[in-house]
Amino acid sequence: MTATVTTDSLTEKSDRVTSRGNGGARRRLPRIPDRIRQGGLPYLLLLPAVLLELLVHVIPMVIGIVMSFRQFTQFYINNWGGAPWSGFDNYKIAVDVNAPIGEALLHSFFVTCVFTFFAVGLAWLFGVAAAIMLQENFRGRGILRAIFLVPYALPVYAAVITWAFMFQRDNGLINHVLHDQLGLTDQPSFWLIGDNSIYALIIVSVWKGWPFAFLIVMAGLQNIPRELYEAASIDGAGIWQQIRKITLPSLRPVNQVLVLVLFLWTFNDFNTPYVLFGKAAPENADLISIHIYQSSFVTWNFGTGSAMSVLLLLFLLVVTAVYLLITSRGRKGADA
Amino acid sequence: MRTIRAAAAVTLAISIAAGVTGCGGGSSSGGGSNDSPKTLTYWASNQGPSIEADKKILAPELKKFEKQTGIKVKLEVVPWADLLNRILAATTSGQGPDVLNIGNTWSASLQATGALLPWTKENFDAIGGRDRFVESAVASAGAEGKDPSAVPLYSLAYALYYNKKSFAEAGIEKPPATWDELVADGKKLSKNGKWGLGAEGSNLSNNIHQTFVLGQQHGADFFDAEGKPTFTSDGAVAAVKQYIDFMAKDKIIAPGNAEYAQNQSLTDFAKGKTAMVLWQAAASTFASQGMKPEDWGAAPVPVASGTPGQGKNTNSMVAGINMAVFKNTKNIDGAKKFVKFMTSDAEQKLLNKTYGSIPPVKTAQADEAFSAPDLAVLRDTLAKSAAPLPQVPNESQFETAVGTAVKELWADAAAGRPVTTESVKARLEKAQQTMQQ
Repeated sequence: MTATVTTDSLTEKSDRVTSRGNGGARRRLPRIPDRIRQGGLPYLLLLPAVLLELLVHVIPMVIGIVMSFRQFTQFYINNWGGAPWSGFDNYKIAVDVNAPIGEALLHSFFVTCVFTFFAVGLAWLFGVAAAIMLQENFRGRGILRAIFLVPYALPVYAAVITWAFMFQRDNGLINHVLHDQLGLTDQPSFWLIGDNSIYALIIVSVWKGWPFAFLIVMAGLQNIPRELYEAASIDGAGIWQQIRKITLPSLRPVNQVLVLVLFLWTFNDFNTPYVLFGKAAPENADLISIHIYQSSFVTWNFGTGSAMSVLLLLFLLVVTAVYLLITSRGRKGADA
Repeated sequence: MRTIRAAAAVTLAISIAAGVTGCGGGSSSGGGSNDSPKTLTYWASNQGPSIEADKKILAPELKKFEKQTGIKVKLEVVPWADLLNRILAATTSGQGPDVLNIGNTWSASLQATGALLPWTKENFDAIGGRDRFVESAVASAGAEGKDPSAVPLYSLAYALYYNKKSFAEAGIEKPPATWDELVADGKKLSKNGKWGLGAEGSNLSNNIHQTFVLGQQHGADFFDAEGKPTFTSDGAVAAVKQYIDFMAKDKIIAPGNAEYAQNQSLTDFAKGKTAMVLWQAAASTFASQGMKPEDWGAAPVPVASGTPGQGKNTNSMVAGINMAVFKNTKNIDGAKKFVKFMTSDAEQKLLNKTYGSIPPVKTAQADEAFSAPDLAVLRDTLAKSAAPLPQVPNESQFETAVGTAVKELWADAAAGRPVTTESVKARLEKAQQTMQQ
């Protein structure tokens, strides 16, 4: 009975909609009201993306923030909603640089900054240099381009574990070449523990990251009109001048995004140090991602680990915002 | 504009709702159910030389169980390095296996999560009774005064494995019984690119096992009676320094061992590069690396007095693998049946023989197979001179904090930096301060 009523009322409504229209057989179909079509439809189409974004990013983030305010240890893993609230205690522990936990976090923050600076800088430099070198058409360019992209295409775990083998002190390839063959060191060096570990980390990170820079810059180079180079060369500009005055300024928007993305990926990189060093990285290569992982999952202080994650998120947000502000100002200036 | 606001409101509402419901977290509590009585999922720890080897060893046994009960067991062999993380993830999400292996040193930590089925008298009775098991093995399956969080499956103890050929070449007639003898023998053996003793400097758990035992010999427990860390006690500092000094001062461990974490010290031993190694149930690994049983010998781990026993003469931790059941299993009866099957006399004899471990089940332990010289050493050690690691909820933190401190000290020793009582104490002090609870 209810169903009949509903159907009737629907028919009635649809009739009313139709009667307001221009008539004819086509117009008998229920129409999407203009208000929805103009205002709501785009949102309706966005809904699946919004839901996925919620599931993948927003909800975990909200849960993470909630966790950071709780005293969340192994006693509450099974029922983490029951972990007692601890206010800002976890944050206080994380930022108290006079106590070992805060001090270690600050140390790992500095290590990460240094690592990111060199890893991003070198990856960018190699990427740009390789892309510019391969700009001219020559025999074998395609093969070289494909070879350059290999590190980007390899699964991270397999690639980094191979590096870990190569860095082994007694049986690794690196020491075999540096010490046994070239005689550059007095004795075989340690790369996976001690002072050199940061160099090992930077080398692997650059090797892994530069093909992405190469790919993006190569795409960017396609958009620079050839005529500019021709005109410059007629005016007598050499190759360096062309790179400085044409290539780099034209690549600026591409580079802005590239450097930002490389920075975010490198600062947060977890796979490289974890596969290279295991769950306890050497002090010199104690990146913040591993440090937070260790605080959360190895020593089971999930609350403190979450607080550290939130602090890291805030830092990256601020850096990104400042970076975008500066670069967009520069662009506005250039446009004017 | 109104639409945007509405969309924002909906988004916020959904995220808050999801956040709140998510906060419930974990699994349903309670004692499991029998909703899925025909299957079981089993996470076995990697015991043999490889994961493939373990699958081959366990598959026929699981078939046997299926034939007996009609319950199919889905097996996954988990490497040691991943096991604890996998268990934590399963505990948090409630999506874990029905039955799993845990390292017995994690018992109290995992017990504190409340995710594992407690082995009450009733549960023990369902698998033949608590009395079937050796008491020290059950004691290392959970905190004192609480129902154990798991049932012992394979018992292990440390022994001193030595390469007979290397010993003969160096003119050493018998394995060392005291640390002084070990150092003296080690010096004789450490020449021509070969080394006296092996270590796994970057393996945090191994660092803990070795320093805990040395700690016992120096009268240090690393925790006081209330469960508070005492990492900087004189005994603890002396124990850690003694261990690192084998490389730093005595020079009987190769500096390269500081970065070992994947059992490379066993490979070195099998290749004849090192003559001694302190390990638990290494037989199957040696065999997989081409060693014959007559190539190596096993002796009790040295103690200062030369005679292993209790207290300051402790020469091993009570090591072993336990079998636990996730509380939220959908096949509680099947899970208990499976634990009963795996701890039955027949399976205990077969599996422990294969893995070179000792059965924690008394009747199985009496089997002649465990009277072979090397296994007799392990069995005697377990019975007479092994102590369980501290059964405290933050044992996992202890392993990480002190294990990492020892790893850093190995790195110092390997790089030729001085390792002094002060530097050891400073590292341990830092480790202690990171213990939050």
